[in-house]
Amino acid sequence: MKNRLKVLRAERDWTQADLAHALDVSRQTVNAIETGKYDPSLPLAFKIARLFEMAIEDVFEPAPRSDA
Amino acid sequence: MTTSRPDRSVHLASWTGAWLATTAAAVFGPEFIWNSDELLTVLAVLLNVGAGIGMIVAYVRHLEAIDEMMRRIQLEAMAISLGVGIVGGIGYSLLDATNLIAFDAEIGHLVALFGLTYMAAILVGLKRRR
Repeated sequence: MKNRLKVLRAERDWTQADLAHALDVSRQTVNAIETGKYDPSLPLAFKIARLFEMAIEDVFEPAPRSDA
Repeated sequence: MTTSRPDRSVHLASWTGAWLATTAAAVFGPEFIWNSDELLTVLAVLLNVGAGIGMIVAYVRHLEAIDEMMRRIQLEAMAISLGVGIVGGIGYSLLDATNLIAFDAEIGHLVALFGLTYMAAILVGLKRRR
């Protein structure tokens, strides 16, 4: 799953630690989400979207279907 | 900057240390400290089981305190360790039962296998998400 987390964070001039604190997760988790190595749970994805005051689909984009 | 999650790792480490110390006392105490006194040996074993229960509770609380990615890494490591422990343990027991190894299968070897597998799985899980 792709996401715009890094861009949105940079637009607000937040560090990964700032975002981690706001989301109550570790900085490693923020980094893993940004680099696409970890897909957050639905509650965390909603929390991220709410934090940036955006719809969840404006932050996260599903990976293209491999059977398409 | 830290999150608002409480750090339970020190708590867990303390209980693990207590369990290890009481295990050592229950194993070596009867021979080297209290001259095989039965009451003291029973007390040492009860203390060991109590510390073990404390360690399990501390581990559950540790799992509840860490964030979802770290919890997933821990759960994956536990699943891998459990699988390796069961498959490796049964295989090891079969080697002993069929006399294919010259020594007796020891539970300590299985515990060591479990621990090493768990640590390796944690490191691989962290590296995969770095």
